[in-house]
Order: sequence, then structure tokens, then C-alpha cells
Amino acid sequence: MSSAATPAGSRAAVRRRDWRKRGDRFGDAALYIICAGAAVLGALVLILIAYEIVNEARPAIDKFGLGFITSTEWKPTEQFNIFGAGSLLFGTLLSSFFALLLGAPIAISIGLFLSQLAPKAVRGVVAPLVELLAAVPSVILGFWGILILAPFVKSTIEPALHDTLGFIPLFGEPQTTGSSVFTASLILTIMIIPIISAVSRDLFMSVPRELQDGASALGATRWEVIRGVVLPSTASGVIAASLLGLGRALGEAIAVAQVIGAGSEISFDLFKTGDTLAARIANQFPGALTELHIASLYYCAALLLVIGVAANLIASWIGRRFSYAGGELR
Amino acid sequence: MSGSSDPAGFGGKPQAYDPAAPLTPTGNLRRRQIFSKVTEYMATIAALGAIAVLVIVVFAVVRHGADAISWDFIIKGAPEGVAPALVGSAIIVAIATLIATPLGVLIALYLNQYAGRRAAGFVSLTMDVMNGLPAIIIGIFIFTFMVKKQGTLAIGQAGWIGGVALSIIMVPLIARGTQGVLRLIPKSQSEAADALGVARWRTVLSVILPSALGGILTVTILSIARAAGETAPLLLLTSNGDISRVVLNPLEALASGPVRIYTLSEEANPEGFTEAWGLSLLFISFILFASMGARALLARSKRKTSS
Repeated sequence: MSSAATPAGSRAAVRRRDWRKRGDRFGDAALYIICAGAAVLGALVLILIAYEIVNEARPAIDKFGLGFITSTEWKPTEQFNIFGAGSLLFGTLLSSFFALLLGAPIAISIGLFLSQLAPKAVRGVVAPLVELLAAVPSVILGFWGILILAPFVKSTIEPALHDTLGFIPLFGEPQTTGSSVFTASLILTIMIIPIISAVSRDLFMSVPRELQDGASALGATRWEVIRGVVLPSTASGVIAASLLGLGRALGEAIAVAQVIGAGSEISFDLFKTGDTLAARIANQFPGALTELHIASLYYCAALLLVIGVAANLIASWIGRRFSYAGGELR
Repeated sequence: MSGSSDPAGFGGKPQAYDPAAPLTPTGNLRRRQIFSKVTEYMATIAALGAIAVLVIVVFAVVRHGADAISWDFIIKGAPEGVAPALVGSAIIVAIATLIATPLGVLIALYLNQYAGRRAAGFVSLTMDVMNGLPAIIIGIFIFTFMVKKQGTLAIGQAGWIGGVALSIIMVPLIARGTQGVLRLIPKSQSEAADALGVARWRTVLSVILPSALGGILTVTILSIARAAGETAPLLLLTSNGDISRVVLNPLEALASGPVRIYTLSEEANPEGFTEAWGLSLLFISFILFASMGARALLARSKRKTSS
């Protein structure tokens, strides 16, 4: 500081400032490169995942082509060596959509409760508890599903549903074990409810108070405010949230593998066993028999990747394209 | 009640106006209000139902797991205890955290500080897709990429490879969470640094990151809680770890809690079930306490920054 007064010192100060400027320029560039590099790395990993999985599936793709998607034969032993993902694809879609059918209305109701009905103190307790449901590991949920939920489903829910709604082909004869597409769907429902309800709560909170008050002032009841103002202005976001939940349900491997019973039949009867793409991979990949078997499992993974990424991209596209202009969306 | 006697006179006989009659809704309005109330009750029941499920699951785990828990259960290897699985999980998750936290924070910094609108849109899209990626896909990818090239399934397994797979699950969580934390930091802070002529990288290191540190920590804890229970990738990458002795070397296959629970749940063996309940109890209590604590911290720091 004091040396800046003398000519010699000022030259040193200039040099020091020069150095600092150069250092800053270097530091700025370095930080930018590191940050951008991390972002690029993320994208690269995604591309690499898609490439590796399709590459490893190539033998199965060459052998079975697109017929793999519709064929229902899955015979991994040496003498047959025939694979088709038809029943797996069917099981994946059936269990996930049933879970969504069950979970989305409940989750949206929870979102409405938290955003419109609950007093602030209640919301502060209920919201974190619902989110904790998402923190329960899927393997523990599946384990609970095997030992507690499945016997209950078998002894109570299946007979009751069959007796009352048995005319719908979804609810057929009760089976001997509780392992079924239905039980898997229930587990998936539990997993997707916190996801959908958290997003839809934020959406509903973003609807401007004035619009709702306006509707109330015109004499609308609480439900009519929700039906007429809150839901229409957030519909696209709610659909996007449901798709996110669907994506999660489609890709869940462990909990489903534990309770679905690894069946290979295509049946709309929810009480029969079934299997999904993800569960089949988790079950058979560690003990795969032949090269073609492994390649077929990769083919399943590729299908799962396409469906899962599509669900996510559509959700994110809807979220962007139709996002509610008045509120702040994340 | 006079409310049901249709005082306004629609439909019925005209009646004399009675100013003393109570203002109770009738007819259509009454129906609308009842319908509204019913929907309110249904929404409340839905919320209570979700909490009930959480309570039922946690209660079942606590009730069955409590039988298994003892000091030996925690500190010994098989057959008495599960120490190798606990230590293995800790090592795998620690490796995942060491990889994922810097990457996630850097990506959040890129989004927050450098990216233009299009770049930000693209990067957050990749994070969304990565977040939605099924865990089993990540497992199968890392298997192809790192295990298969070293030989068959049994040989190439290693704990650190499991850690790499879990880090892919954690990165988008940390990036998204940190981005939220960075957004809460008042712009005036970095503007003050800019006005003093401080270089961007110094601002980031000495102003932005220090004030975001608490938030980043809680975000990291939340994603650790998520990764600790993840099973699918570990099942392919480090499933045949030794369960009878504690292994500390991450280059070997490590036992882990979730994989052990999964293996035991697939065997119809009552003693195995007891062990799995005990492990579940240890994991669920760690995960629930970690995420509750982190959430409480996050809420507090949000209140502090916004006020």
C-alpha cells in the first residue's frame, strides 16, 4: 500500500495487478470450462448409455427384428433359444397404467388438499410425510409387499373385488398366491403417489389467488373453484406430472420383480402373475444362459429406455409448452 | 327447518317474505354445497390414506425388525449379523457421493452462472432425462461399460463400480437441488462483488458457494438417502460380496444392504426374513431420519435467505 507512493513500488504494483488480471482471466476460463465440461459429461453419459445398450442388443435385434416386440415366446434354454418381449411389454404397460389409474386421482386429490384445503400448520406436517413415502426404498416396499401386502391381497382384496366387480375381466378368479400384477400395481401406486402429488401441489399453489377469489365472489363453491379455475389452468402440468409418475412406474425393477410372480402369460386378469421388462432384466440378467439371452435382455432394456425416455420427454415438453403463464413453474 | 320449505318460492306456492327465517341454502345451491363438501372430505381422506400407508409400512418394518436387532446383529458378519452389508453400503454410497457431489454442483453452477437460455434448456433436459432413467438401465449400462470387459459377471464385480452407477442416479438430484439453492441467493450479493471488480471465478468461490454451502449439504444428504436404498444397479454390479466378513477394499465385490434384503426376500426362509426385516429397519430409519433432518434444515435455510 505505502510502497505505491514510490516510483519503483508502483511498477511492482502494476506488475502485480497484471499478474492478478492474468490469473483472473485464467481462473474465469478454467471455471467455465470445468462447469461446462460437467454439463457436457452428463449429456455424453446419456448418449453412451443409449449407444451401449443398442450395441449389445444387436444380436437379438438382427435375429428377431421388430417381431421381438409382439412375439410372446421366451424360452432361454439351449435347444429353443427363442425370445420375444410381447408379454413383458404388455405386463409393463398393464401394471403401470393400472397404477396410474389408481394413483393419479389420489395424488391429485392430495395436491388439492395440501394447496387448497389444509391450514398452513396441517400442510407443514402432511406434505413432508407424503414426501417421505417416496424415500422408502423400493426393495423394502417390495419385501413388505411379499410378506404382508400379498397375503392380504389374496385373502381379502381379491375375493372382494371379484365378488363385486367380477364382471370386469380385470378382476378374475382369486389366485393361490398373492403375487400378481395387481399386487405389483399397488406397490407402484404407493411409489408414484408422492411424485405426482408433490408436483401437482406446486402447480395448484401457483394459480393466482385473485382468480380463485373472483370465482368465489361469483358464488362458486370450493369444488367449483377447483373445477372451474384451478384444474383447467394447471391441466397440462398435471398431465406432465402423471407422465413423470408413469415413467417411474415403468422403470421400477426391484419391487415389481419381488411381487409380480414372474409369469409369462398375456392376460387382462390382474390377479394372475405377469412380468415387466425391468423385472425380467433384474431377474434373469445375473444368471443369463446364452449370448442370445443376454442380447435379448439388452433388447428389453432398449425398449424400456425408449418408453421411459419418451414419457419423460413428453412430460418435459408439455411442462414447457403449456406451462401456466401466470405462475412460476419449475 | 324452514330451509327445506323453499322460501324463495321457486316451484312451490309463493310465500310471504319472512325476514326472520334463517339463510340456509336450498335446492340447487344446497346440492352444490354438499357436493363441494364431499369432494373436500375425499381429498382429505386421500391425504390421510397416503400417510396411513407410510405408517403401516414403517410399523411393519419396526415390529418385525425389532426382533432381529441386537448389538451382534450390527457388528458381526453372517450368520449372526449384517456388518459387512452395512459397511459395504457405506463405502459404495461414499464413493458415489464423492463422484456425484462435485459434478452436480458444477452442473448447477453452469446452469446458474454461464448457460444461455438454449444451453440451459438443453442441460436441464438432460438432467430431467437422467433423473427419469430407470435404475436397472443404469446398472446394465455400467455393467457393459466396466464389468463385462473384465470378464464374466462373477469376476468383474467391484464395490467402486456400484458407486459409479449410484453416482449417475445422484448427479441429477444434486444438480437440480443445488440449482434451487443457488437461485435463492440474492442477486445483490454477486452484483456487489461485480461492482468491486471481482472476477467471476472469485465471486463464485468466495461469495456464491459459501452462502450456498448449507443448502448443498442438505441436498447431498437427501440424495444420499435416495441412493442408499437403491438396489437394481448393485444387483448387477456388486452382488456377490462376502457376507461373512467385513471387506473394506472397494476394488473387491462388496456386500450391500439393499442387495442382501433382495436376496433374502427371494428365498423362502423364515430366518432369512428376520434378517431382512432387521436390515430393512436399519436402512429405513437411516433414510427417514436423514431425509427428515435434511428437509428441516432446508426449510430453515430457505426461511433465512428469503426473510
